[in-house]
This record gives sequence, C-alpha cells and structure tokens, in this order.
Amino acid sequence: MRKTLTVIAMSLSAAGLAAPAHAQLTGTLQKIKDSGALTVGHRESSVPFSYLDAQQKPVGYAMDLCAKVVDALKSELKMPNLKVNYQAVTSQNRIPLMQNGTIDLECGSTTNSVARQQQVGFSVAYFITSVRMGVRKDAGIKDIGDLDRKPVVTTTGTTSDQLIKQNEKGKTIDVRNIYGKDHADSFLMVESGRAAAFVMDDILLAGLIASSKNPSAFEIVGPSLRDEPYGVMVRKDDAPFKAIVDKTLIDLMKSGEAEKLYTKWFMNPIPPRNVNLNFPMSPALKAAFQNPTDKGVE
Amino acid sequence: MDYHWDWLFFFRETDDGLKYYDWILSGLGWTTLVSLASLAVALLLGSALGVMRTTPKRWLVGIGDAYVDVFRNVPLIVQLFMWFFVVPELVPEKLGLWMKQDLPYVVIAVVGLGLYTAARIAEQVKAGINSLSRGQRAAGLALGLTEWQTYRHVRLPMAYRIVLPALTSEAMNIFKNSAVTYAVGILELYFQYKQIIEKTSQVLEITIVVTLAYFTLAFVMNRVLAFIERRTRVPGLIVGGKGGN
Repeated sequence: MRKTLTVIAMSLSAAGLAAPAHAQLTGTLQKIKDSGALTVGHRESSVPFSYLDAQQKPVGYAMDLCAKVVDALKSELKMPNLKVNYQAVTSQNRIPLMQNGTIDLECGSTTNSVARQQQVGFSVAYFITSVRMGVRKDAGIKDIGDLDRKPVVTTTGTTSDQLIKQNEKGKTIDVRNIYGKDHADSFLMVESGRAAAFVMDDILLAGLIASSKNPSAFEIVGPSLRDEPYGVMVRKDDAPFKAIVDKTLIDLMKSGEAEKLYTKWFMNPIPPRNVNLNFPMSPALKAAFQNPTDKGVE
Repeated sequence: MDYHWDWLFFFRETDDGLKYYDWILSGLGWTTLVSLASLAVALLLGSALGVMRTTPKRWLVGIGDAYVDVFRNVPLIVQLFMWFFVVPELVPEKLGLWMKQDLPYVVIAVVGLGLYTAARIAEQVKAGINSLSRGQRAAGLALGLTEWQTYRHVRLPMAYRIVLPALTSEAMNIFKNSAVTYAVGILELYFQYKQIIEKTSQVLEITIVVTLAYFTLAFVMNRVLAFIERRTRVPGLIVGGKGGN
C-alpha cells in the first residue's frame, strides 16, 4: 500500500516537474497543443478570399495564406500531425465563434476595424479593399457628383451614405439610400435599374461583375471612399499566437510568395466557374506588403 | 468566453450623428408601422376571402381556395422578392420603372406581408364560419335576411369571436414576420440589428435588446387582443371558456 502511494506521489511530482516544459505555451497555442487540433473558420462565398469550390471544399487567397500559417504552427509546436478542422462562419457569427473558442483562426474577408479590436485580434493586413461604386456602363455615372438625386444601394451593415457625404465632391449632392439584404441582392438592384450605383468594396464588386450574366455591361468607377484592411482574425490579447500568424504572413510578403498567391487568385481563372477577376494589385496593397501593419480602420 | 461587455455603447454616437438607441427606436417605429399596416390589409382581405370560401357560389369558393393555396404554400421571403424583383419586370415598362424608382419600398413590404397573412386569416375566418351550425344560416334566411345579411348580422359576429384566439396568434406573428421585410430594404428593427452588429460588434448586448423588443411588441399585441376578447364576449355564447354557463 505504502509502495503504491509512493509511486503515485512520485509520478505526481514527476508530472509537476514536467509541466514547466510546456509553461511557455498560453492561450490558443496551449489549446492546440492540448487538443492536437486547430479549427479554421472560413467563409462560404467570399470570392476569392474564402469560399466553397465545386467539391464544397473551402478554398481561396486567405485559405492559402492560412495553410502557410498552419505549416508554421506544425513546425513551431513540433506537431507534424496537427489536425485541421474547418468551420464555416458568417459575418454575423464569426466574432462570437472566435471568442467562445469554436474557431482558432478566421480566414475570410474580415475588415480590421478599431471597433472590432475591442472583441478580437487581427493579423497584419493581407489585402486592402477600397470602397467604390459599381455601375451600369449605360447609366453614365463616372464620379460621385453624378449621383445627385439618384438611388444608391449598399448592403445592410455598411454606411455608403456617410462615406459619400464625407467625400468632398459629395458634399453638395443628395442621394437616396436603399439597402440590399446581401451583396447579390444589392447587385441585382443595379442590374435591374432600381439603383444607379452600388457602393461597396471594390473587390466584391469585381467578383459580382465577373460572375454576372454580362460582365462587360458594368464597371467600377469613382475615387476610393475609404480603404479597409482585411486581416486574419485571432483571439484578443493572444500575443504568442498572433506573433506566429504575423511572422508567417510577413515572411510571405517579403519573399514574394504572397504576391504569387495574389496573382493566382486575382489575375487568373479561379474555381468553380473559371472566372478571371482581373483585379491587379492596388498601390495601397503594394504599400501594405512593403510595410505590413495591423492597424485597424476607424 | 472573453467577451467585452459594453452596455453603454447604445448611448454612443453613430456616423450620422444619432445615437445607437436612436437607430433602435427608428427600427421599432418602422417595424410597428409595417406590422400594423400589413395587419389591416390582412384582416380586410382575409375576411373577404374567408367569407367567399363559405358562400354557395362555386366560383367564389374556387377563387378563395386558389388564393389560399398559393399564398400559404410559398415562403414569405420568396413572395416579397416576387413583388420586389419579379413583378416590376412583368408589367409594362413604364409602370415597372415607376415601381422600381418612385414607389416607396414600404408599400411593397406592406402588400407582401399583408397578402401573405391574408391567406392565413382567410383560413381561420372560414373555419370560424364553418364551425357554426348550418341552422344559423337557414334561420337567418327564413327570417327574410339576404345571404349577405346572414353574414353581417348572424354568422360573422359569432365566427370572429370564435376565431379571435387564432387571430391573436396571427397578429403576434405579423410582428415577428415583419423582420423579413429587411430583405426588401425596409429599415426596420432587424435591419438596424444587423447594421449595429456590423458597426459595433457588440453582438450579445444588441441581440438581447432586440429580442426583448420583439417580445414586447408581440406581447403588447397579445394583451390588446385579450382585452378585446374580454370586451366583446357575449354571455351565454359558448365561446372563450369562462363566458357562458
């Protein structure tokens, strides 16, 4: 009996001694080490960042970047067999699911904003989107000033009217705001002539135009009303995990690898319908690759 | 779960100079307007259709039945999209353009939600009328009332009392269903809910507040109709439980 107790006591203290070897791991890294698995949150239709292909597999520019992050985690944690789970998220549930631990990494098209930084953390920006206008070519709209007394659509959850008013040329104009349920809906409003312009992230406009019935009937016009950085979402105040994510992304940007991935997804035909977005890198994104930053937009 | 609670954000300023609670109040206003207007449309049309379906005239019954079949079997959001996106393309071009550019969206929302709910109310009114003994109509006709007068003075007053609890459910449903009208651009409560989540990311606070707001709206409707139910009760009529003896 005493012998058994001694063995137990010894193994307990051994366990206690062994613990410090893992002590430097905290937060998400600890969680991954303990569970042997990592859950990546992805979107279902954020083309070309994160969406489902014909086989219902999540693919995209952000998914490719995150695959590199996963590789880095495998070598960092010495876990070559790290299991990666995929969980689809929406713009409504992505933040709560990050906070309650359902997902560990969100690879989609999430704007890094100061308000969101109250809730979650963001990696350095891997894409910069500009809010511009998608119009029908036959509508004769070239600039903000042409929108006076015209119906302008945006998708619920964005504030194009404010952006238009803030823009200097827009100060003397009065637009009628209408709202679409989702991007496809808003685009349909422009297509059917209900709205004169769709004010939205240029990359989303490019995606909608590329996959429309007649892509040559539409164009993206006007100045950028606002630039927004997209970041990989991580948990808040989880510096060691964020450091690995950031380092991976920055290395990719410096080595030119990120630009290759960009070309693959933005300048070439992509699944599922082999549409080419033809969306060259913006000067803002080139600058962001030169000087990576995780600063959020106001 | 490391959620950053911040109940005071409701008092912070939005981009347009209002406070977030102003957005919620304005959403509440639109929700109430759309719901009550749709309820009025639904009650009028639903009653007419319900009566039509109980008349001896086969063609009136046929129209009423067809209406209920169509509008009750198609999802509400699909019906709204039909009115919003499809109908303007089917009518003459000039009228379509007017529908798209000049007709306020709230009209489409009220028509869509009203016509949808009318089918459900028609079903209940019909059930109420059919629950009455056939002798009621026969007695009315024997007294020299016309067919319509038997509805007006004999059958409808009783039928409405019988189906009032079911109509109460429908009136509560309309507040909840009105959330779908955000899909045709109505800036109602659910729209503001999505808008505020996107702006602030304070998902839990706003979800709690909006849930309570919908609950309150539906509950007030419930109380109002329960009051009407009590006030219109006819002692002796076997309706509403405690009424008769």
